[in-house]
Amino acid sequence: MIEVVGLRKSFDGTLALDVDHLNVGASTTLVLLGPSGCGKSTLLRLVVGLLVPDAGTISVVGTPLTPTTRGALRLRMGYVIQEGGLFPHLTAADNVALVAQELGWDRARIAARLRELLEFVRIPAQLLERYPSQLSGGQRQRVGLMRALMLDPEVLLMDEPLGALDPMIRADLQRDLRQAFERLKKTVLFVTHDVSEAAIVGDEIALLRAGRIVQRGTFADLATRPADPFVTAFLKAQRPVAFPEPARA
Amino acid sequence: MNRGLVWCALTLLLLAPAAPAAARVTVGSKAFPESWVLGEALTIELRLHGIPDVVHHSNLGGTEIVYAGLESGSIDVYAEYTGTIQEVILHSQQPLTIPELRSRLATHGLGISDPIGFNDGYALAVTGPVAARDSLRTLSDLAKHRGVRLGLTHEFLGRPDGYPGLARRYGLAMRDVRGLQHELAWGALASGAIDGTDIYTTDAQIAQLGLRLLEDDRGFFPRYDAVWLYRLDLARREPRALAAIAALTGVIDEPRMIRANARVVLAKQGYVASAESLLTEIHAGRAAAGAGIAGTGAGGGTARGDDAEPSVAASILRHTAEHLELVALSLAAAIVFGVPLGILAADLPWLSGIILTGTGLLQTIPSLALLAVLIPVLGIGAAPALVALFLYSLLPIVRNTCVGLQSIPAPLAEAAAAIGLPPRARLMRVRLPMASPAILAGIKTSAVINVGTATLAALIGAGGLGEPILSGIQLRQNSLILQGAIPAAVLALLVQGGFDVIERRIVPRGLRLPAARD
Repeated sequence: MIEVVGLRKSFDGTLALDVDHLNVGASTTLVLLGPSGCGKSTLLRLVVGLLVPDAGTISVVGTPLTPTTRGALRLRMGYVIQEGGLFPHLTAADNVALVAQELGWDRARIAARLRELLEFVRIPAQLLERYPSQLSGGQRQRVGLMRALMLDPEVLLMDEPLGALDPMIRADLQRDLRQAFERLKKTVLFVTHDVSEAAIVGDEIALLRAGRIVQRGTFADLATRPADPFVTAFLKAQRPVAFPEPARA
Repeated sequence: MNRGLVWCALTLLLLAPAAPAAARVTVGSKAFPESWVLGEALTIELRLHGIPDVVHHSNLGGTEIVYAGLESGSIDVYAEYTGTIQEVILHSQQPLTIPELRSRLATHGLGISDPIGFNDGYALAVTGPVAARDSLRTLSDLAKHRGVRLGLTHEFLGRPDGYPGLARRYGLAMRDVRGLQHELAWGALASGAIDGTDIYTTDAQIAQLGLRLLEDDRGFFPRYDAVWLYRLDLARREPRALAAIAALTGVIDEPRMIRANARVVLAKQGYVASAESLLTEIHAGRAAAGAGIAGTGAGGGTARGDDAEPSVAASILRHTAEHLELVALSLAAAIVFGVPLGILAADLPWLSGIILTGTGLLQTIPSLALLAVLIPVLGIGAAPALVALFLYSLLPIVRNTCVGLQSIPAPLAEAAAAIGLPPRARLMRVRLPMASPAILAGIKTSAVINVGTATLAALIGAGGLGEPILSGIQLRQNSLILQGAIPAAVLALLVQGGFDVIERRIVPRGLRLPAARD
C-alpha cells in the first residue's frame, strides 16, 4: 500500500531522514515511534506530499507520488493531526464535508455519509453544528477522524493525533482507534512518541533514531529481541512507575 | 465628465490624456476669488456669444494645477497674469512683452489675449500702526527695520520673483518671516500676529484693513497684467469663443476689479452674482449688449462653488454625495486590486518585498505632489482624484491581506493541502475566510483615511466636502468650513460603523466565538 525506497531529506544541510526501504502492507497499522527530531513526522509529511524528498521514491496504492499525482493521491489518504486540525471558521459538519463539497457530492450523499461516520466515531449528531472552539479536545479529535474518513480512503496518516489530550481521554481514544483500524481494514501510518500508545494501536512498530529506522517489528519483537541497545533504552524509559500499595487505615 | 469613463480609466489605469469633449468650452479658475469672478464672467460671456455648452471649473488650486489642466486639455481658457506666465510658466528671467509672450506660448499650443485691463501685481503691505511707528513708506524703508514680522504666502516665499528676489534686491534680512495661507494672513494682520504680508494690488481688503502698500522704489516687481490664457485649438473648435474672450479685454480696470473682489470677499455676494454685476458694468458702457445677462448666468448652474446659493441642506447633500462617490469608487478599486496583491505578497516571497515596499512608498508621497504628477496625465476633475485616493487606499488593504494570510497557523494551512483541497479551494474556503477579520480591518482603515483624504479632491475640481472647506478658507467663513468638516467627520464615523456591521456579517461566526474552554 505504501512503499518507500531510498528516501532522503535534509533541512539546512542536516540529514533529517534516510530510509532505504519501507513497505506498509494493506490493512496494516504501522506506528512510527521515536524521540523528538528522529524524522518520524518528516516521513509522514513526505508521504502526504507536504515535503518534497531530496532523493528516493514514494508510492501510495501503487501510484508513484509526483507533483502531478499528488492531488489525486491525497483524496485516497486521510490526514489527521493534533487537535484534529479543524478549521475554526467552519462548523464540525462543514469541516468533515469540506472536501466532499468541493468534489461536488450532493447534500443527501453527504448527509448519509455523516450519519455513518457519527455512529462510527460515537459522538452525538448535534455536535456537528458546533464550531471547533465549542468542542472538547476529545470531540475535536473524533471530528478530525471523521474528516479523514469522509471519502473512505485506503490509507490513513495520523501525526501525533492524540498529543494534546488529557490522559484519560487519550486512553479512551487509543482503544477506540485500535478497534476502528481493525474494523475498517485501512492501511495506517501512525506517528507517536508514546511507547504504550504504539503498543496499543499498532500492528507493527518502526522505531526511528536520527532519521534512520533502528528496528521494525511487533511490540513483542522490539521488547524481547532488540536490534540495538537504543531500542531497549527507549522502551524502558517510558515504563509506567510502580505504584506503592495504598496504605491501610 | 462621465463617471463611467472615469471608472474605466481607474480600473484599467489607462494613462491616456483626458480628451476634451468636442463642442464643450471649459473655463478654469484658480483657488481665489478674483480668479473665480473672472472665470465666471468669461463663462457668461461665452454663453452670450451663443456657445451652449460652457463649463466653469473653479477652485483649481495654484498655477501649476490650473496650467497643467490647460496643457492637458482639461480646460480651454483661464485668467492668468503676465508676470506669472513669464516666471512660473516660461521660466524666463527677462521681462517679456505681450508679443514676446505670445510667440513663446504658441510653441506650447497656447495663446494669450490682450490685457484685460488691470494689473494685479505683488506688493508688500504693512498695517497702518506699524507703518506709522517705523515710518515705512517704501520697501527700502522696510530693509532698515528687521523686526517687522512678515506672514507670506507659500507661493510668494517659493517663487524667484517673490520673496527671495525681493530680499536680494532690497537687502532684506527680516528676523521673522513665516509661510501663511493668503486668506489667513488677513486675520493674522487684524489680530496683530504679523505686521505685514504680500498682497495683490487688487485685494479687496487693502482699504478695509487700513494697510499701507510699500512703494516698490527699486522697481523689483514685474507687471502682473491680467490676460486670458487659452488653447490655440479653441479657434478651430469654437471660433465664437475667441470673440467672447476679445470682448473681455481692455474693459476691467483696477477699481472695477477691486469692487468685484469686494462684492465676493467683503459683501459675501457670491462670485456668480459678482461676475454678473461686473458684466453689467461692462455692457452698460456699450450700446447693444445689455439684456439677458442675469438670466443666462444664473440659469447655467455651471459653478462648482457654493455661490449659486442653493439651500444649505441641498449643497451639503450634493457635496456629501460627491464625496461618497469618490470614496466608494476608489475604495472599491483598491479592494479589487489590493486583496489579490496581498495574496500574491503572502504566497510569493520574492514578490512580497516589491509589493509591500511599493505600496508603502506610495503612502509617503505628499498628496499635493501626487495630484500634480497625475494632472498632466489625467487632466483635472474626478479622474486624478480617484486615482490618488485609490493609490492611498492600497497599503492597508494589501498589508492586512498579506499579514492575515501569513498568520494562519502553519498546521492548519498544511492540513488544508493535505486533506486534498486544490489551491483555489484552499484560498476561497479556508485561507481567505480565516484571514477575513484582518482583511476587513485593513479595508476599514483605508475607508476612514479615504474619507479624510478625499477632501483634497476639491483642489483639482473633483468636488466633494473639501469644496465648502476650501471656499470657507478663501472667504474666511467658518460656517462654510463647517458645512464641509462636520459632514466629513460624520461620514467617517458612519463608515466606521458600517464596516462594524459588515464585519459581523462577513467574518465567519466560528472566528468570533470566545476561545475554547479546554
